[in-house]
Amino acid sequence: MERSVMDLWVGIFVTAGIVALLVLGLKVGNASSINLSDSYKIYADFENIGGLKIRAPVKSAGVVVGRVDDIQFDNKRFQARVGLKIDKRYQFPKDTTASVLTSGLLGEQYIGLDGGGDEALLKDQDAIQLTQSAVVLEKLIGQFLSRAAEGGTGNNGK
Amino acid sequence: MENLVEIKELNFAYDKRPILTGINMEIPRGKVVSIMGGSGCGKTTLLRLIGGQIRPSQGHVKVAGRIMHELDADELYAMRRRMGMLFQFGALFTDMSVFDNVAFQMREHTELPESMIRDLVLMKLHAVGLRGAHRLMPSELSGGMARRVALARAIALDPMLIMYDEPFAGLDPISLGVIGNLIRRLNDALGATSIVVTHDVQESLKIVDYVYFVSEGKIVAHGAPDAMRRSEIPFVHQFVHGEMDGPVPFHYPAADYSGDLELAEASGA
Amino acid sequence: MLDRLQRGLRSVGHPVINGVWRLGYASRFFALTLLKSSLSFRRIRLTIREVYFTGALSLIIIVVSGLFVGMVLGLQGYETLQRYGSAEALGTLVALSLVRELGPVVAALLFASRAGSAMTAEIGLMKATEQISAMEMMAVDPIARVVGPRFWGGVISMPLLAAMFSAVGVFGGYLVGVVLIGVDSGAFWSQMQAAVDLQQDILNGVIKSFVFGVAVTAIALFEGYDAPPTAEGVSGATTRTVVTSSLAILALDFILTAFMFRGV
Repeated sequence: MERSVMDLWVGIFVTAGIVALLVLGLKVGNASSINLSDSYKIYADFENIGGLKIRAPVKSAGVVVGRVDDIQFDNKRFQARVGLKIDKRYQFPKDTTASVLTSGLLGEQYIGLDGGGDEALLKDQDAIQLTQSAVVLEKLIGQFLSRAAEGGTGNNGK
Repeated sequence: MENLVEIKELNFAYDKRPILTGINMEIPRGKVVSIMGGSGCGKTTLLRLIGGQIRPSQGHVKVAGRIMHELDADELYAMRRRMGMLFQFGALFTDMSVFDNVAFQMREHTELPESMIRDLVLMKLHAVGLRGAHRLMPSELSGGMARRVALARAIALDPMLIMYDEPFAGLDPISLGVIGNLIRRLNDALGATSIVVTHDVQESLKIVDYVYFVSEGKIVAHGAPDAMRRSEIPFVHQFVHGEMDGPVPFHYPAADYSGDLELAEASGA
Repeated sequence: MLDRLQRGLRSVGHPVINGVWRLGYASRFFALTLLKSSLSFRRIRLTIREVYFTGALSLIIIVVSGLFVGMVLGLQGYETLQRYGSAEALGTLVALSLVRELGPVVAALLFASRAGSAMTAEIGLMKATEQISAMEMMAVDPIARVVGPRFWGGVISMPLLAAMFSAVGVFGGYLVGVVLIGVDSGAFWSQMQAAVDLQQDILNGVIKSFVFGVAVTAIALFEGYDAPPTAEGVSGATTRTVVTSSLAILALDFILTAFMFRGV
């Protein structure tokens, strides 16, 4: 069996294909940012999660530290229970606050974690006590309008 | 003498249209036997039945004592390794060189080292006089050369039975003579048995030992070449001497000639 | 009246029965190809040869088309995005469109019309010139020797071609968006990287192109193997390969997309 020109072309083709896959994986995608194979899971309950979706990023100080793993509805307390997968490299204290935030005005929603001062750390299957729900634009506008209306009547009454 | 191929009461129908009916044939070892008949009389179908590519509707084909359509896939392939077939226009693999075409079966079926395959291929090509052409591609060959390469490929594994489907079709007189001679010489040299399906009477009567005439799916006559030349059977006579009209009519069945030309109508007007 | 109804039913029923029959035959052919493909790997050289014919020879058309598609995406995407003042999202738009949809789909369509039609014509002609029959008579199974290697060659080539298409397309979008129009280079890449997920987008794109590769090569090989051994038969089969596999690609794309990106 000898080498032929055809083998060279097949070699070039396969190399180009693998390089393309690597480029897609490393340059276009975000493979390097976070490793979820080695992670622990914590829970957080929210009054309202807005448009949060599974696999949305979990960020702390703007750095991606994990992803939303599952979202369930707690039928006893009428709250949303969100499971978060956090990279093992990042540890958070017990009194960490979780909030549903929006990147930019119309961007995607994500979970923000703000660390507290507690000595004890969150462990696997723990729940975060302090949470802050999503800001729902319609409610905000509604509040704004009703306050403006109240202010209006007050002025008239004077 | 023992028969290599025996065909008993063979019937074959395609979509209920009978192609072959009541064929009986015996082909002794070491002989060159020819099956002759007009185009479309079922000769090629007969070869495919012997090769086990299609199943008979009735009757059987026995090769080397085994009934072909009762073999399972492995046995059938084992049987085919001992058969060689020359297809009508050679059927060379167009994406391989002449050398690789002849080496094909050796590489597929044997574990021979490449150096030995090389020697064997060159020997086979030498036998058909084309050793010098082993580097060419099939598209670079003339019709006669392609037929000879196909012949070299058919005998690559020294088969016990060689089948030829119209080996003389479309050849010039020189190539015709060459192929005819090769068929006879290779058969005797390899100690094989050959079946030649053809409609070329003069060339094949020179080289064969026995002839079967097939017409409309039936055997109409058989015998040694000399007997056939003298035969008074109308079909054989017409076929051997190439007469225009006879049992095989010149005209395709049609309506009345004058009626077709609307002569009756014209004369009436 | 009854007679006309009967004739009407027959004219509908005949093609349906025929179609189902053919589908069954095609499935058996596909199953046999898979069953007998051990030879394709034992004699890997046969498969490499087909990777050369289906993949390496399609390299240029894939790279050039990918570049142009990416450039057009860059232009059109910029036009639309800058209306909302979010031209920096151009990278995201180009990369997601290519990796999720255009890369696998357009590469597969090009593959079907270039490599698929060639495969059908080659096998159809091998059949018409009795090469397939000759192989059977030489006790070599044509499905193992001819069909299997071509199938695996196509299946290996397709995801690689789609990946190249996407990668070159992203580069084309970068050329137009960043180099030509002047979108910020950092924003282009960082937004893209933030939005494109390795598993969700890139892996799913590769799975799509793999499925398309299986579909296109299987259709092309079957049409070739089933082609009537005449000039018309082979040309008709070649046309059918391109039409059927294009439709199959688009339909499969819809089904796969519905499964993969549901609720995300």
